[in-house]
Amino acid sequence: MSGWPVPRRRTSRSNVTLVTSATTAPGAPEVYFDPVRQAFRRKRARRDALVGMASLLGFVLVVGFAISRTSGWPLVQETFFNGSEFIATFPGLLDAFLLNVRIFLIAEPLILIIGLLVALARDLRSPLLLPLRVVATLYVDIFRGVPTILVIFLLGFGVPALQLQGVPNNAVFWGTAALVLSYGAYVAEVFRAGIGSVHSSQRMAARSLGLTSMQTSRYVVLPQAVRNVIPPLLNDFISLQKDTALVSVLGPIELLRQAQIDASSTFNYTAYVGAALIFIALTIPMTRFADWVQARMRKRRSMAGTA
Amino acid sequence: MTNTLLDIAGVWKAFEGNSVLRGLDLSVARHEAVVLIGASGSGKSTLLRCVNGLETVDAGRILLGGDLDVTAFKTDMDAVRRRIGIVFQSYNLFPHMTVLDNVTLSPRKVLKRSSADSIEQAMALLQRFGLADKANDYPDRLSGGQAQRVAIVRALAMEPELMLFDEITSALDPLLVGEVLDTVRDLKAGGLTLIMATHEMGFAREVADQVCFLDAGVVLEKGTPEAVFGSPQEAKTQEFLARILK
Repeated sequence: MSGWPVPRRRTSRSNVTLVTSATTAPGAPEVYFDPVRQAFRRKRARRDALVGMASLLGFVLVVGFAISRTSGWPLVQETFFNGSEFIATFPGLLDAFLLNVRIFLIAEPLILIIGLLVALARDLRSPLLLPLRVVATLYVDIFRGVPTILVIFLLGFGVPALQLQGVPNNAVFWGTAALVLSYGAYVAEVFRAGIGSVHSSQRMAARSLGLTSMQTSRYVVLPQAVRNVIPPLLNDFISLQKDTALVSVLGPIELLRQAQIDASSTFNYTAYVGAALIFIALTIPMTRFADWVQARMRKRRSMAGTA
Repeated sequence: MTNTLLDIAGVWKAFEGNSVLRGLDLSVARHEAVVLIGASGSGKSTLLRCVNGLETVDAGRILLGGDLDVTAFKTDMDAVRRRIGIVFQSYNLFPHMTVLDNVTLSPRKVLKRSSADSIEQAMALLQRFGLADKANDYPDRLSGGQAQRVAIVRALAMEPELMLFDEITSALDPLLVGEVLDTVRDLKAGGLTLIMATHEMGFAREVADQVCFLDAGVVLEKGTPEAVFGSPQEAKTQEFLARILK
């Protein structure tokens, strides 16, 4: 039949879905969409977008108005949202933030390595390696149980006080070490969950092909396990980005410490808001990236399900 | 005796107190195709898993090629599995690897073949079973029939002396069963020794040299397909066949 009106393929962002016809009569188009139905959907999508914007704008206006009407607002605005104070402190904050970035960049790879090694050690079955397994289990139990800030205090003030030869007494060093130990325990459990999420039939299939237990882990289980835990790992990275601020308790001038200094010298808290903005500027892209990875994995998995 | 490839004698296996195999005996000659039939839970899968050491037996002995005791305490199971291939109901391809990598992984890592050699061998096998154009696809792009044929090729790449097929068509769309059975038919014609657990009675009748009816963990009746399907002696065999062939 050549009488089918062939609609143009839409590639825009609108929520028009292309329907594949289940019955493919000879000569029928691959995709056919009733033009009236399509026009209706497009119109409804436009209307939904407009209503959404209007509703959001109304909400912001009402909340903004309500806040600005409170009696304390002028004082809050002066102390937290002071324009000239912001301009004066912001460059210094950015400078201090470089230390947070440095701590993060050094800590993150170490955390991944420790996490993976501890996860593997916790699943060891050989009786000879029992000590390793016990140490790994104790490590996770202890460092997941103690608040991160407490680990930072203990390491940062405790170890330098021992005055050991050849051991650095640098606050940034011990603060970073504390973050690595604390997060390493969490990440180990994430990796372990990932290993557990790989179906046992995969291990069985690999062993049946003659691969040893080690080869099975290395080539079959771990690659799948790591892929499965990328979203929770990214989540932990985001958390770590913020927790670099905890190192401030040891004294090094990173972002939060700098903001504290600014605030206490002028009795104006705008620097804190500036610091918050800097953290957000880094974590939001990371969060969106994590969302994107997760959505992509979900899509791949559902595709695999239909295959 | 030299013609016997696999000799299973008095094998027992229980799971949490439930005996699945109860002193089972079975002998498989070289180039023989043995088909195991029987109801679900009669021990077919468990038997196959014991043969390549994926399960350890509670009692009894399994001898491969007259020299390798699969059930001995000090036997290296990896060595056993190098000589026996198995294909499962759920294909169990490695989803993070292409078809080609699935097939070449263990020749490279276990047999220590060079990458070029194992790719050449894998491509020849894929070609032979009409899968060459899928070599660079990931398993999620394959149909069930294609996935199962890749799983067979993957096992064949280890050049096993014995192949075990554990209900390999049970998870397939009926339209795709034929292509997988064709593959097995081809292997049988090539002289490969195989043991196959299946519910495809027509196929069993066609390819089997020996049909074994398993019931309650023993081989209750065995013989040529003509004997077992044509004139079953045991009441339970008759009942099973009557139900499944209805």
